[in-house]
Amino acid sequence: MSDFLLQIKNLHAGITDDKKEIIKGLSLDIKAGEVHAIMGPNGAGKSTLSYVLTGKSDYEVTAGDIIFNGKNLLELSPSERASEGLFLSMQYPVAIPGVTTNVFLKHAINAQRKYKGLPELDAAEFLKLIRGAAKEFDVSSEMLKREINVGFSGGEKKRLEILQLSLLQPSLAILDEADSGLDIDALRTVAEGVNKWHNQNNSLLIITHHLDLLNYIRPDFVHIYADGHIVKSGSMELAEDLEANGYRNYLEE
Amino acid sequence: MAEKPQIADYGGDKYKYGFVTDIKSDTAPCGLNEDIIRLISAKKNEPQWLLERRLKAYRHWLTMSEPHWAKLKYDEIDFQALRYYSAPVQKVKPKSLEEVDKNLLDTYNKLGIPLKEQEALAGVVAVDAVFDSVSVATTYRAKLAEQGIIFCSISEAVQNHPDLVQKYLGSVVPYTDNFYACLNSAVFTDGSFVYIPKGVKSPLELSTYFRINAKNTGQFERTLIVAEDDSYVSYLEGCTAPQRDENQLHAAIVEIVVMNNAEVKYSTVQNWYPGDKDGKGGVYNFVTKRAACRGNNAKISWTQVETGSAVTWKYPSCVLQGDNSVGEFYSVAITNNKQQADTGTKMIHIGKNTRSKIISKGISAGFSNQTYRGLVDVAPNADKARNYSQCDSLLIGSTCGSHTVPYIRNRNKSAVLEHEATTSKISEEQLFYCMQRGLNAEEAVGLIVNGFCKEVMQKLPMEFAIEAAKLINISLEGSVG
Repeated sequence: MSDFLLQIKNLHAGITDDKKEIIKGLSLDIKAGEVHAIMGPNGAGKSTLSYVLTGKSDYEVTAGDIIFNGKNLLELSPSERASEGLFLSMQYPVAIPGVTTNVFLKHAINAQRKYKGLPELDAAEFLKLIRGAAKEFDVSSEMLKREINVGFSGGEKKRLEILQLSLLQPSLAILDEADSGLDIDALRTVAEGVNKWHNQNNSLLIITHHLDLLNYIRPDFVHIYADGHIVKSGSMELAEDLEANGYRNYLEE
Repeated sequence: MAEKPQIADYGGDKYKYGFVTDIKSDTAPCGLNEDIIRLISAKKNEPQWLLERRLKAYRHWLTMSEPHWAKLKYDEIDFQALRYYSAPVQKVKPKSLEEVDKNLLDTYNKLGIPLKEQEALAGVVAVDAVFDSVSVATTYRAKLAEQGIIFCSISEAVQNHPDLVQKYLGSVVPYTDNFYACLNSAVFTDGSFVYIPKGVKSPLELSTYFRINAKNTGQFERTLIVAEDDSYVSYLEGCTAPQRDENQLHAAIVEIVVMNNAEVKYSTVQNWYPGDKDGKGGVYNFVTKRAACRGNNAKISWTQVETGSAVTWKYPSCVLQGDNSVGEFYSVAITNNKQQADTGTKMIHIGKNTRSKIISKGISAGFSNQTYRGLVDVAPNADKARNYSQCDSLLIGSTCGSHTVPYIRNRNKSAVLEHEATTSKISEEQLFYCMQRGLNAEEAVGLIVNGFCKEVMQKLPMEFAIEAAKLINISLEGSVG
């Protein structure tokens, strides 16, 4: 058993109906406990990476391998990937009219428990769990009763994503532009939530195009992503250099 | 709560309510003629007036032709090939659950119906007098009788309360009403009768469970509910049928009479066998349901969850005669595979200040076709009548169809009528969001659809709502991925 939680080897991928390749030979290894940040300019296809990893339909892998927790990720359905411990905090969490946040969360938790062979939580057990977690992640009980993401503010949506992160306890969380649409206070709340969840047994892949979030969640590794692959890897200093000088230097390499 | 009968409760108690052995030998040959009708009437020991009414209906039916205005396609029904009276004992019965169709058992398991119940539903020997043309058992009868509530089969009502039956039967749906109602009036075999006396609020939700079990049997049940002044009752009806390759006909009538200040809630979860994925088999469901708010301030509320039947033709209606009377129609209709449904309601405003509300949620998947067909009719004297209609359609995939046909006839200038309609598709984004959190594709669709129907599901009594939610998930299996 390798000590890598996630191994991406020479990945090529794009949108199914579109012949254009978006990811062109990307490789990345993540070990348990590590925080990685992928930075790249807008429109570089960073979100494509998160969708390919989580198995969204419409995206197609044309070459390469992805090993997650020792399993061939590409053979798993999106829900199996989720239950195996892969979580994506979405850039734009979608509204589901008529489904309250509570109901959604209970379904999600129990679906993953079922996958793991654990007994499903009953209403009382669920409520106990959710009340504690909601308090910790600044989600009001009123918000839990509302239809999920229907009329939620940007901050509410992201707080709910982080609440789900803490409830589902994945081994790898991908934060896709987790800071978009957030003011500084909301950003801090989200970052604090992520930091509470993060420990030496789980890992984080932060996808972002600027530095804001990284000031609150310090990455161990920073990767610059351009033209479909990682052009340079380094530490937090690389991110700071990007912030000061822009992507230009790296795009020309 | 514990005492409420659930639709799953019937069957286990069958012996209690004695479907006596001599019924078992009563079987009519296939076909329909006056002799068959005389046979049915004689077996049920009916009074002369009822036999005459049956014959009158039959003779009228011979002059009618099957309606074809609905957006439904199906093979012509051979009414002479059907059996109009059947007793369960004639069937070859499975001796134990091992002999019962596995798919059927899977369905029961998914519904959470207990083992003993499954035996009853599958028609295992121990519980013989099931379903078909014979009335279901009615529980808690003694308790209800203390308050003067009558809840029994329509056959028993004919024997024990002939005056009430004669007064109200056919008073809301006359035998001339339509082709199927006319046929029912001639050959109906059983059904339920409910009478709530003046000032009585029924302490229990009354529940009936219908089932077509025998081959080639038409089910023609007849339900009559009368709510006298200031009374209240909530009535639940559940329906299932086993899987059979041939089509089964169901042509029922439900009549409801609501007097001054009375209220009737009628909830249905209809899960007749819908046919297989290629459209083979399944129930043809041609049903006439109508309530008359005869008194002032009377209220009728229809709530239906329709997941079954190969073909559905059904328009539960409200005739708002009394001033200030209220009619409501809450409907969820789900069609998958090759199912077809043409369903909706009629709101007939006659009294002043009458109000009606229509909330219809249609979900189509697979190759199914669904039509909402509704009429809002305001009579000249129905001053200040109000209607609000909302018809929402949800499509799953791109091979199904959904149609909305609202008819409005307004003959009073003070009436206010509103109609809203939406059509949407389940988005990939919604599915992906659910799946990314661990739900599989079918669970995701079930959750999204249950959310879409929530407004209607909330109107169902609790136990029914839970069962209905499960049914929705089962009905949509195979609709994605």
